[in-house]
Amino acid sequence: MLIVPCPNCGPRNAADLRYVGESRPRPDPNSASAKEWRAYLYERANPAGMLRETWYCRSGCRRYFVLERDTVSNEFTNPPTPVAKLGKRP
Amino acid sequence: MTRLPAQPGEVIDRSRPVDFTWNGQAMSGFAGDTVASALVAGGVRVVSRSMKYRRPRGYISNDYWDPNGLVQVGDEPNVRSAHRLIEPGMAVEAQNVWPSLERDLRAVTGLASRFLTAGFYYKTFMRPAWLWPTYEKVLATFSPGGRIDPDTPHRYHDKRYAHPDVVVAGGGPTGMAAALAAAGAGARVLLVEHCHRLGGHLLWGDEHDRALAAELAAAVETAGVEVLVDSTVAGRYEDNWTGIVQRSHPVAVERLVKARAKVLIVAPGLIERPYVFDGNDKPGVMLSGAVRRFVNMYAVRPGSAAVLFTANPDGDAAAIDLERAGAEVTVVDARRGEGIVRALGGSKGVEGVVLADGRRLDCDLLVTAAGWTAPTSLLNMSGDRPVYDEAAARFFPSVSIGNVLATGGLAGDGTLDELIEHAMATGRLAAARARAVSHRLQAATARAVPVNGEEPEWPVDERPDLARDPHPALFRSTTHGVVDFSEDVSSKDMVGAAAEGYDSVELLKRYTTATMGPSQGKLETVNTVAVLAEARGQTIAEVGTTVWRPPYAPVTMGALGGRLFEPVRVSSIHPWHEANGAVFMLAGQWIRPDHYGDPAGEALNTRQNVGIMDVTPLGKLDLRGPDVPQLLSHLYTNKWMKLAVGSVRYGIMCGEDGVILDDGVTGRIGDQHYMMTTTSSGAATVWEWAENWLQTEHPDWRVHVTPVTSGYTSINVAGPKSRTLVRRLVGDVDLDPEAFRYMQVRTATVAGIRDCFMWRIGFTGELSFELHVPAGHGLTVWEALLEAGEDLGIRPFGVECQRIMRLEKGHFIVGQDTDGLTKLPAVGMPHLLKLDKPDFAGKPELTWALDDTSTPVLVAIQPTDPSVVPDEASQIVRPGTDEIIGRITSSRMSPTLERSVCLGQVLPEVSRPGSELTVVMIDGRRITARVMEHHAHIDPEGERVRG
Repeated sequence: MLIVPCPNCGPRNAADLRYVGESRPRPDPNSASAKEWRAYLYERANPAGMLRETWYCRSGCRRYFVLERDTVSNEFTNPPTPVAKLGKRP
Repeated sequence: MTRLPAQPGEVIDRSRPVDFTWNGQAMSGFAGDTVASALVAGGVRVVSRSMKYRRPRGYISNDYWDPNGLVQVGDEPNVRSAHRLIEPGMAVEAQNVWPSLERDLRAVTGLASRFLTAGFYYKTFMRPAWLWPTYEKVLATFSPGGRIDPDTPHRYHDKRYAHPDVVVAGGGPTGMAAALAAAGAGARVLLVEHCHRLGGHLLWGDEHDRALAAELAAAVETAGVEVLVDSTVAGRYEDNWTGIVQRSHPVAVERLVKARAKVLIVAPGLIERPYVFDGNDKPGVMLSGAVRRFVNMYAVRPGSAAVLFTANPDGDAAAIDLERAGAEVTVVDARRGEGIVRALGGSKGVEGVVLADGRRLDCDLLVTAAGWTAPTSLLNMSGDRPVYDEAAARFFPSVSIGNVLATGGLAGDGTLDELIEHAMATGRLAAARARAVSHRLQAATARAVPVNGEEPEWPVDERPDLARDPHPALFRSTTHGVVDFSEDVSSKDMVGAAAEGYDSVELLKRYTTATMGPSQGKLETVNTVAVLAEARGQTIAEVGTTVWRPPYAPVTMGALGGRLFEPVRVSSIHPWHEANGAVFMLAGQWIRPDHYGDPAGEALNTRQNVGIMDVTPLGKLDLRGPDVPQLLSHLYTNKWMKLAVGSVRYGIMCGEDGVILDDGVTGRIGDQHYMMTTTSSGAATVWEWAENWLQTEHPDWRVHVTPVTSGYTSINVAGPKSRTLVRRLVGDVDLDPEAFRYMQVRTATVAGIRDCFMWRIGFTGELSFELHVPAGHGLTVWEALLEAGEDLGIRPFGVECQRIMRLEKGHFIVGQDTDGLTKLPAVGMPHLLKLDKPDFAGKPELTWALDDTSTPVLVAIQPTDPSVVPDEASQIVRPGTDEIIGRITSSRMSPTLERSVCLGQVLPEVSRPGSELTVVMIDGRRITARVMEHHAHIDPEGERVRG
């Protein structure tokens, strides 16, 4: 089981967190086309390599945060960023 | 009897005889004997029949992996008899033999074996398809497994979590040395040994070997190393998460140890590889290691006239052991160009051997020492792809993995001193790296104890390289023989499969099932690759190998299930329920009353008098802050900005895909204080959902969410007399229907308990008050209600009664009447969808869903025959066809209406009131039913709840 570096709780078993997945901006709900909205819902880049992804520390601090992970080696590189600091829509 | 006089290294205790039975026949051995050693000592030669051809089989490797040694012990199938120790009274039987081990009538398939080649199952049992059920029955009798007894009593299995610095897989000389060195360098070490004692191959070695084993084991004991024997590291996963199966445990039948190793040392030694030749599976054909274990550890001589085909010093040592045991030994030395071609003999086992030079020798034991397989399993699981070394005739690790270190035979060859030196260096390196890993983990903990000092340099691997001894490449003789003993696959099958085009190792494996049986490739993987390489005219390195996957050793389902760590939740009223005849049900983590013996009677009483229900599992979230209305507006699909203090509103939440996520009521208790209720099962999900919006899209909203589900004991008081009852216990709230109206909330003192809140809602369809009492006082209020309501005919009711009543009222349940595709418009509540709000979860999808006329909608349904209750999930079909156009989602017999009532999802085209439906019952019968005008079967205008 992967060890996930929670910014508040430190390294934790992945089972202590919920994997939210690839971080994607939410389109404007009032102007998004069906294609854009469904891309937001379902389409994922799923790269073999660096991926920015969201985790939720459900058994610990209860915070959402973003990590960068190499999906090939499973190494986390950058220090975690609280999701709120990423800004909202692009 | 072939028991020898006392041997210097024997592990049996001759002062403690042990009686057991073999196929009902009395047998005897000594404490410390395995089933195998006791059987062979008792003259047993044939222990099983091969899977397909029912050929008689005897022990070949005489260890845990022996493919021929699976037996039934009492009610336990597939016991590895060359590993399991005998116990008094043990009933051991041969598995899946018919009618007996000696005369298995299905051995006739052996005669037909030239027709039963690889892929036989696929080719023969394909057509005609209608015969498959018959084929299946016949094939099932060929399954190699033992007998499962459904009446086997429940036995305790356990789980443990461990956090050692270093896990060492393998308790042979190098594993012990590595563990000692790591412990000496300050690491906490867990040493895992597969067999019943530490020592590895030293245990069946000479005097010097045994002395070294004893010395190392004693040092391990005093070094503070934790040792698990009869245990196997079954798998290595991400970040060195290792699963260790512990078969011997004082209390549990089996225990699964989940250990997070900072560094894993892999030191399993080498596994002896069988040699492929005609007759190589006859009883009496054995590996040199098998013979040495029989003679030296168990004082058992497995034969008296032996031919020994050897290519290495271990084989030579077996010759010395056999001679000492009084056997005649003829050595056939591969290093001198000698070879064996064919084993001779009938169903009782080997009687002779034909050599490469044409000579024929009589023997009752044919021993091979043809080389080694490197069990690189744990390295494969760590990302290694071992490569073949032609000169040494085995695979070696190819990749350097920082926190997984190999030592011993996996890493190379050498004298014991050289190997131990390498192992000690490995142990020290592991301890140093474990410290570095530990430092990193500490440093990653932002607010933990300050880390001492700078991060250490990652310790460099400066271990001396081990030599690789040359070894003859011996895989197959000039004849064909068995490659996979478990699955009964021969080299001839493989050559045939390759000719048919299954000529990549992964395809060949799946087509022939080679390496897929109980021995899982331990004995046969490299021979499989070698046979395929030969068939393709390539080298072993070019063919490559299959990937070893977890588990390395079998883990029982019991151990995987193990001990449950799920908490069990009960309300503060639970003791009362237990004492008053409640029949309980499990609802997620909660145990709650399903009913008190008579759910229909409970419903009738609640409709006529008053009933109370413990609804504590209802999810409750305390919301505080100035921006709560924004949050509510975003989560729910309806409007929340103007909810007045003291009011309650019902809402439905949808996901961003428009699918209904949860529903419930939220009340405004104070200016900036709200209480939200969720479904019992949705409490955790909704909390995360709310946090998601607050932390990601709207960090500017000032809202505090606190889960208070178990902070309150919740009691639903329902029925026409509920107001009268509540009035008797609540003095500080005006309960007049005009003062405290339907869908309002008040804080109240109930039966003297302050800080309760109560609201008027009506899931049951009756006038009702839902009381939320600070949890510690729940039982007090419950008992006060029962006492005060005695003259009103009060009765408690459970979940089943509530389910009946809500169905009568037509209230849907999320997840029961809706599913993973049900969007809001499908449930027929258009007033709850406010698309003029600027934003809310799922808004675009819900906008588009309004135009959707193709997905099912929720309707109330009544069968024409009022006495018929179609099962939930019964299909609704287009009349006269099998085309499914809907399904019953909820159904009950309504005690109030004395008829069956349902909710169901149907296509819009048949959803109009009065539409006639055809429902397929579970027995295939078709009944008719009608779509109703309202979801509510009773009181559609809601006069009762508003009363």
